Amino acid sequence: MSVDAATVRRIAHLARIAVSEDEVPHLQGELNAMLAFVEQLSEVNVEGVEPMTSVTPMQMKKRQDVVNDGEIADDIVANAPATEGHFFLVPKVVE
Amino acid sequence: MTDLTSLTLAEARKGLADKTFTSLELTDAHLTAIEAARVLNAFVMETPDQARAMAREADSRIAKGDAGPLAGIPLGIKDLFATRGVRTTACSKILGNFVPTYESTVTSQLWRDGAVMLGKLNNDEFAMGSSNETSCFGPVGNPWRRDGSNTTLVPGGSSGGSASAVAALLCMGATATDTGGSIRQPAAFTATVGIKPTYGRCSRWGIVAFASSLDQAGPIARSVRDAAMLLRSMAGHDPKDTTSVDIPVPDYEAAIGKSVKGMKIGIPREYRLDGMPAEIEKLWQAGADWLKSAGAELVEVSLPHTKYALPAYYIVAPAEASSNLARYDGVRYGLREPAKNIIELYENTRAEGFGAEVKRRVMIGTYVLSAGYYDAYYLRAQKVRTLIKKDFEDCFAKGVDAILTPATPSAAFGIGEKGGADPVEMYLNDIFTVTVNMAGLPGIAVPAGKDAQGLPLGLQLIGRPFDEETLFSLGEVIEQAAGRFTPARWW
Repeated sequence: MSVDAATVRRIAHLARIAVSEDEVPHLQGELNAMLAFVEQLSEVNVEGVEPMTSVTPMQMKKRQDVVNDGEIADDIVANAPATEGHFFLVPKVVE
Repeated sequence: MTDLTSLTLAEARKGLADKTFTSLELTDAHLTAIEAARVLNAFVMETPDQARAMAREADSRIAKGDAGPLAGIPLGIKDLFATRGVRTTACSKILGNFVPTYESTVTSQLWRDGAVMLGKLNNDEFAMGSSNETSCFGPVGNPWRRDGSNTTLVPGGSSGGSASAVAALLCMGATATDTGGSIRQPAAFTATVGIKPTYGRCSRWGIVAFASSLDQAGPIARSVRDAAMLLRSMAGHDPKDTTSVDIPVPDYEAAIGKSVKGMKIGIPREYRLDGMPAEIEKLWQAGADWLKSAGAELVEVSLPHTKYALPAYYIVAPAEASSNLARYDGVRYGLREPAKNIIELYENTRAEGFGAEVKRRVMIGTYVLSAGYYDAYYLRAQKVRTLIKKDFEDCFAKGVDAILTPATPSAAFGIGEKGGADPVEMYLNDIFTVTVNMAGLPGIAVPAGKDAQGLPLGLQLIGRPFDEETLFSLGEVIEQAAGRFTPARWW
């Protein structure tokens, strides 16, 4: 399988990465090189094989459903590029 | 007094305990070495004041007889580990001037045991790379150069700063992380020892995530014993990481010098690649001979799905990365690019903040997880991963204690030499190491010799899950036979 220029633009948008028109051919070439490389997996017989979900066989640990953290709003917003009080600021989302 | 930077961690521990020198003296010696080695670009942030304060604290605890196992030992920390109050960037522009308000579990355990932080070490951006050339702080120089050449070579990656700093005697050991070979490949390129423990052995909490089902922390050190000492402090159960395993951490150092007599060592035939340099083949044979003289039994084994590990990795790892890196949105931390609306804010920030390799992987990951392609790519890759793991399980079920392979398909190469035209060329560096991540197993890289141009080469030992001790015992045999290697200083 390979991707065309329109697909590159669609993936970039899905990945939320702005891509200029002159970057598209280069990205298309690189993505297709990677896709060509992984193509060899299609020759493996995977019939009846379970997909891996956990590399170490272990029971999923569960935490107590209790409050064990919080009251650290200052810490949470400490690295934000734009804040007001304890809120993150973003451009207007809803018209 | 001998140069304090040339000691191993084990020797420094003894010197501190005997009061031959203080941690402050040991720390200052390393801070001076770091300053003189800035051309290597191994450190992206030096923290001398914090280092001296931690050293003084260690000295007073040593004086009181209340010293932890790493008391007063100066270390470097890969910039992927969150360090409270000290800028942590994953060497990406998108994290900008991020200063964590918390400490990663692994580093907090090192400080608990008395270690001293010298600063933060360079790495490939978000640990994506095999040469440390994708860092937003620029490439790292390998202290090793080809005989008679002054071309600067890469130290490998992604833990290139860690490997370079340890090899150049700028720190006594370093933290590192390994998703596809990022501890073992740079260790092999710099004649240092690097171990990626079993998945779940070290907590991932507070480490910038790349591919969560593959990422593991581990040390890069000057000797096998030093690596054992560091791993003991780094490992352990952490309730904050649900994949961290609640089993006791053994005293890894006790495994050093233990007899390997009667151990069964597998030599996997699929690792004998066409076109593999003769000197790597020779080194592999030498490693087998050393283990044999130490009483181990060598058996040929088969890991039939080996060739599929790297392609499967380049689906699984980018898929997980595309999900993990979705958090860099320009809203909560890090870089933010101006925009008219929120979608543009995300798109502009990520276009500006991510480097080319990261963008490529996020995009491929987005593609393989997108509607209509999930089954063909991601699900198939996860099935292949099951088969890769089963290959190892079958091998261990036949009584094999560990597997011996080369660590890398070549020695270090020059900056800008690889991956320019085709990203896959760079990816092939991890061909011997990536299987271990896919199967969640422990793997250690130990220096074993040099190539014809005088560059270091390493061997890899792969162990059963949570049997790092066997790797330390076997690694010690190789180190004793091969000796240790130090680069000639040119910086």
